[in-house]
Amino acid sequence: MFEIPDDRKYLESHEWTTTEGDAVRIGISDFAQDELGDVVFVELPAEGDELAAGEEFGVVESIKAVSDLYAPISGTVTAVNEELFDAPELLNDDPYGDGWMLELEPADESEFDDLLSPEEYREQTE
Amino acid sequence: MNFDQARFSRDDEYEPLLSEKDSTTVEVDSEGVLPDDLTRDELTLPALSEPQLARHYTRLSQMNYSVELGPYPLGSCTMKYNPSFTEDVAADPNAGVHPDRSDRTIQGTLGLLHGLQEYLADIGGMDAVTLQPPAGAAGEFTGILVAKAYHESRGDDRSEIIIPSSAHGTNFASAAMAGYDVVELPSDDDGRVDMEALDAAISEETAALMLTNPNTLGLFERDIVDIAEMVHDAGGLLYYDGANLNALLGRARPGDMGFDIMHYNVHKTFATPHGGGGPGAGPVGVVEELAEFLPSPMVRETAAGYEQYEPESSIGKVHGFAGNWLVLVKAYAYIARLGDAGLADASAKAVLNANYLASQIDLEVPYGPFHHEFAATSGDRDAADVAKRMLDYGVHPPTTKWPELVSQAMLTEPTEVEDKASLDDLAHAFNAAYADSDEALETAPTKTSARRIDQVSAARNPRLSWQALGDDE
Repeated sequence: MFEIPDDRKYLESHEWTTTEGDAVRIGISDFAQDELGDVVFVELPAEGDELAAGEEFGVVESIKAVSDLYAPISGTVTAVNEELFDAPELLNDDPYGDGWMLELEPADESEFDDLLSPEEYREQTE
Repeated sequence: MNFDQARFSRDDEYEPLLSEKDSTTVEVDSEGVLPDDLTRDELTLPALSEPQLARHYTRLSQMNYSVELGPYPLGSCTMKYNPSFTEDVAADPNAGVHPDRSDRTIQGTLGLLHGLQEYLADIGGMDAVTLQPPAGAAGEFTGILVAKAYHESRGDDRSEIIIPSSAHGTNFASAAMAGYDVVELPSDDDGRVDMEALDAAISEETAALMLTNPNTLGLFERDIVDIAEMVHDAGGLLYYDGANLNALLGRARPGDMGFDIMHYNVHKTFATPHGGGGPGAGPVGVVEELAEFLPSPMVRETAAGYEQYEPESSIGKVHGFAGNWLVLVKAYAYIARLGDAGLADASAKAVLNANYLASQIDLEVPYGPFHHEFAATSGDRDAADVAKRMLDYGVHPPTTKWPELVSQAMLTEPTEVEDKASLDDLAHAFNAAYADSDEALETAPTKTSARRIDQVSAARNPRLSWQALGDDE
């Protein structure tokens, strides 16, 4: 059973986003890190970059696979978790905490309505 | 077959480096040779006797594996045995000419280069061939630059190159390096080019379509003539990646299928050494209309003998002089020794060997009929684990987990060099590894000099230079 916290929303492609506050955090789910296996490399955008919902924003690479990352919502990147560059294992150890990837200032909060609820995402992974 | 690889180690450390065996400071007299600030008077070097040195390298070679030890069926790589007579030819003192010598004094050298240009043009059905690109990927890049120069010369500004998703990664890189946007083409249910998707992808922006035939699954692209017509009707060019030419050698020619540009991997098809990063060659052939754009110099035959010349609208140089000359000598020697009948025999045996091997293994092969290689699947077992276990049975495993079209793919290409006994050894390795316990697979290999490698640490903390050997971290 994979951990799927109730306080955030999800994309079918396994990214999560928080939904509260001026800046929201984005990362990948517990299910995603387990599927990928040991993550060895992460590529993320720079602060100030503009992302559109559904747009590729980076790449995560494990021993098994290379996967594109997709933005759950549109917005401006306000922070990047640079620790992931030196310690990509944080994505495996703590995908919802220290393994966060980006902070985004949302451009259009109505986009949250298009995302999967924790229950819907749980159904997808089962 | 039983297999236990040599393993020289002490306290769990492998055969030490020469510098760890001895380091002696040698004084040298550099007085007057070069300015003082550019020279040293002392050098620290390993000072070992010849037998110590010979043992060091012999031990390393025994801890290694090569096609001279056993089968090496690395799919898509065509790991042919490199005949030793080609080394003898390349070692001939007459091959050691300075590249700046005048044409008139190196007629033999130029004659060989011209002969190889002609051989390759004939084999590929092309009109002109450059021998200059120093590797297969460099050949791709050269070919795409030629395509670009052709379009530009017509005032035709095109921005896209279409590549099947199953193509070699170098295709995407070559197109992107030449400044093109890549349009990825999906495969159809049979594992071939999806004709509807191709129709949708082709436009006035299409500079070229890059294909290999047979494709990465070993399948012949049956619609190739229609594909060529579609690309040409839109004003685009058709590029042939020579990776799988070994399947067609002496039997079918890319030029006759409608390809306009191709590269040859001489280390695959023509049995020159796979470089290990060393000198290689990736000649490029083109049709008449594109010949004026090829790199300089080319060699031609005139009434007065052979001469080097620069094509009229040449893209310039992609490497020094004629390319990696001694590799070209080996390719020439191989082609000349085999002749028409020998080359056709090589492709026949390559296809026969792949099909015999596939018939002897317990793994499913989802796509066919195939030519010189096949993508088996290890199903619910991890292909990398099965491959590592195959090492314990004394063979090199196939390419794993590629192409991605087949889940847990084991892309296998035995080449024509294996006989029935060695194909049976390979089949045994496949079947025994596939049937082994989970524990055997997860701990393999156990009989090789290097055991299970920690891939995670290697990827997370790469040591990329000799200086990193001193790092304890």
